[in-house]
Amino acid sequence: MHELAVTESVLEIALRHANQVNAERVTDIFLVIGRLSSIVDDSVQFYWNMIAENTICQNANLHFKRVPARLRCVDCQMEFEVQDSLSPCPRCNSFHLDVIGGEEFYVESIIVEKEGAAI
Amino acid sequence: MTSTRIPVVEKILDANDQVAQQNRAWFDRHRTFAINVMASPGAGKTTFILKTLELLSAKYRMAVIEGDTAPVTIDSDKVSALGLPVVQINTGGDCHLDAVMLHAGLQSLPLEGIDVVFIENVGNLICPAAFKLGSHRNLLVASTPEGDDKPYKYPNMYRGIDVLIINKMDLMPYLDFNMAYFQQGVEILNPGLRTFPVSAKTGEGMSAWINWLDEVIQQHRQQ
Repeated sequence: MHELAVTESVLEIALRHANQVNAERVTDIFLVIGRLSSIVDDSVQFYWNMIAENTICQNANLHFKRVPARLRCVDCQMEFEVQDSLSPCPRCNSFHLDVIGGEEFYVESIIVEKEGAAI
Repeated sequence: MTSTRIPVVEKILDANDQVAQQNRAWFDRHRTFAINVMASPGAGKTTFILKTLELLSAKYRMAVIEGDTAPVTIDSDKVSALGLPVVQINTGGDCHLDAVMLHAGLQSLPLEGIDVVFIENVGNLICPAAFKLGSHRNLLVASTPEGDDKPYKYPNMYRGIDVLIINKMDLMPYLDFNMAYFQQGVEILNPGLRTFPVSAKTGEGMSAWINWLDEVIQQHRQQ
């Protein structure tokens, strides 16, 4: 639901890093989004097409890398992957679980084009 | 034309989190304890805050920041009627308050002499969970008519809070709300979470909440 705010933030980050190297165009943006963050890829893409227009990010491809949710059982130390954070430990059925992965939410890298020699 | 990959590794909500830290520093400079009150629409956030203001008004000087999606002053009028400072932040249709909106709202709220500020977030169980504001505690007002499955459906909200109010306990006789099932979900997501079943309308259970809050504020002020 808050994908517009999130997408604006992605644009701001991409533009800032692209401007630092005087890039002419951003062609690709790689996002890492954990399974547990409530972000819908299609929705980000939808807003992206609108807000990136008339910037050097226009037509840049968004790449979503989804990180699975990983939990660690507090009782038996078992580590396992799940689709949501409400599944019990597959070994001992405990619900005492720590989230150790799946909450990632960052811009990993961007690919830019620049006139002349490599940056 | 050359193509180059630039490593970024920057959290998408980093800008928000930085402003949240500024908000926190602003509260701390004024020795003001700030509580972010979240809930779904209709859970009774405003009634709960008003009741809390009433019960603590003899002891603390308090203020309220009202986050609303529409420019209606229904909630802020109720706080004004108590003679307390209130600032309304209109999010312009946005589904949550973020740190920047709060930062702007704080410009119109002199914190000198204010001990406690309640920030009433926009009614929503998804988006407010993602945006830190800089408050000292994040509180959720759940309510029995919403149903006992809400922790399971909104895990991010329940995982991120410091204290939980279960409001409208007076309606329990009329509802199929399974408290054990509800609390099991809460325990999975947020083990040991401090929980207060109350009715803000009748006042039932409010004294336990007030005593706890009073204690937390005192501890905070001693730091």
